[in-house]
Amino acid sequence: MFTIAGRELRSLFLSPLAWTLLAVIQGLLAWIFLLLIDDFRNLRGRLVGLENAPGVTDLVAAPLLRIAAWCLLALTPLLTMRLFSEERRARTLDLLLSAPVGMTEIVLGKYLGILTFLFGVIALIALMPLSLASGTSLDFGKLLAGLLGLGLLTTSFAAAGLYMSTLTAQPGVAAISTLGLLLFLCTLDVAGIGRETAANALSYLSLLRHHDALLLGAFDSADVAYYLLFSIAFLGLAIRRLDDSRLRD
Amino acid sequence: MQVEQLTRRYGDIPVVDTVSFTLAKGQIVGFLGPNGAGKSTTMRMLAGVLAPNAGRIVIDGNDLLDQPRRAKRAIGYLPEQPPLYRELTVDEQLRYSARLHGLGHAASCTAVERAKERCGLTEVGRRLNGNLSEGYRQRVGIAQAILHDPPVIILDEPTTGLDPIQLREIRKLIRELGENHGVILSTHLLAEVQAMCSHVQIMNAGRLVYASPLAALQQQSTSLRIGLNAPPPISNLVELPGVEHAEALGDGRFRLFHAPDFVPYRAVVEQSCTKGWDLWELTPEYADLERIFVELTLGEKATE
Repeated sequence: MFTIAGRELRSLFLSPLAWTLLAVIQGLLAWIFLLLIDDFRNLRGRLVGLENAPGVTDLVAAPLLRIAAWCLLALTPLLTMRLFSEERRARTLDLLLSAPVGMTEIVLGKYLGILTFLFGVIALIALMPLSLASGTSLDFGKLLAGLLGLGLLTTSFAAAGLYMSTLTAQPGVAAISTLGLLLFLCTLDVAGIGRETAANALSYLSLLRHHDALLLGAFDSADVAYYLLFSIAFLGLAIRRLDDSRLRD
Repeated sequence: MQVEQLTRRYGDIPVVDTVSFTLAKGQIVGFLGPNGAGKSTTMRMLAGVLAPNAGRIVIDGNDLLDQPRRAKRAIGYLPEQPPLYRELTVDEQLRYSARLHGLGHAASCTAVERAKERCGLTEVGRRLNGNLSEGYRQRVGIAQAILHDPPVIILDEPTTGLDPIQLREIRKLIRELGENHGVILSTHLLAEVQAMCSHVQIMNAGRLVYASPLAALQQQSTSLRIGLNAPPPISNLVELPGVEHAEALGDGRFRLFHAPDFVPYRAVVEQSCTKGWDLWELTPEYADLERIFVELTLGEKATE
């Protein structure tokens, strides 16, 4: 399993794709980070008198992480698309299938590889708000909750992307369908606004909603469970799908 | 390795139909068949890449379906297209594959070195798979299949894309492998089978239509080819004892067909001396694979 994860990670860094993604996401978020700090400086004068005023963590870190979530939403499909479609296309899947490893190990190994990369991305993002700690005091609890939320969010993005890439031999198709699925799941809560209970249930399924709660520092085990269940469900589907493909094609 | 009643369908069409055979250590079995006969599908099922619709594959006492992990450890498989990651170097690729097959760190290093040596890859260890020529990729694929020293080696068309010199090396390698392992290889080239295999199996339209040790084919000749500098009329040759009929090949050459249990070489030599035919060539011709192959694969089509 770790062998597969290691190979996956290695291949990622041997392709320019991963490096470009890292550079783009880092550059983009740094720019937004600076804008947010600028905003905060302008607002500070007015915040001084307020009781229970929102601090740096609420006004800079939380919005940054929310935007980071959207960036990762757009970028994970590009990373996960190769996982199985590429192997199928290059016929390297046969090597894995004829090796004495189980289907579960193959899927988990690849998942682990991609997660390691994504967590690296998140760690780099986390450095930005953390750099403020040298000049001001941060609410580490809230920041940690926010980062945890972002981490969980990407695990579910990656799981969905992995499943999508088992469906097709075309990486492009996998990327687009993953993006579509994720966008749909994230915008479910838009439908829920101002409607009745049925819509509420719909919005509960939304991916980003649970992240919002964590960003506010409210750690609810239900939210965490939601993400984990989401990931497990998609990984399970991927394993089923691969097992099935041995019979069908 | 034992294969029983292996069947695989695509939709309703059986691609591999109740194929059964056994493979023992020291045998090199050549799978022959026209394109689309189901060779590759059979190979993929043997390697556990495809699941059969019916039938059993038992390797070293482990059923491939019930105990896939233990059974797969005993298999080395080279698919039609060698499964190489373009972005890895040959060394990395082989090491990865060794680890995948459950070798430890130290063991995989020595295994990689040995496999590289056997397949003539020591020079290209640091090159990228993506930049290798077809022949080298094929060799990396073979190295990958023999890395973990499996008792059963399955090679799907191992000799495509090789130049004549590489071909000779690979043939030698496969014959060497056949001494200590069981090897199955598929090909559509008859010469390959004759050069490398101890057993031959011919597949046509999903069925195993012929299976025999190659040695049995070569024990009996069915015709003699002779060359004479002063040939008599062909009717004289047919009158020789044991000759059933004769065929003129031009340039003083003749083919004499005879019953499998009696080879009329003595009569040919004696007559040529006494009558001054001046014999300069006498070659026994064995029941050749090509004839069997053509008869079996085309014969079936003709009756349909």
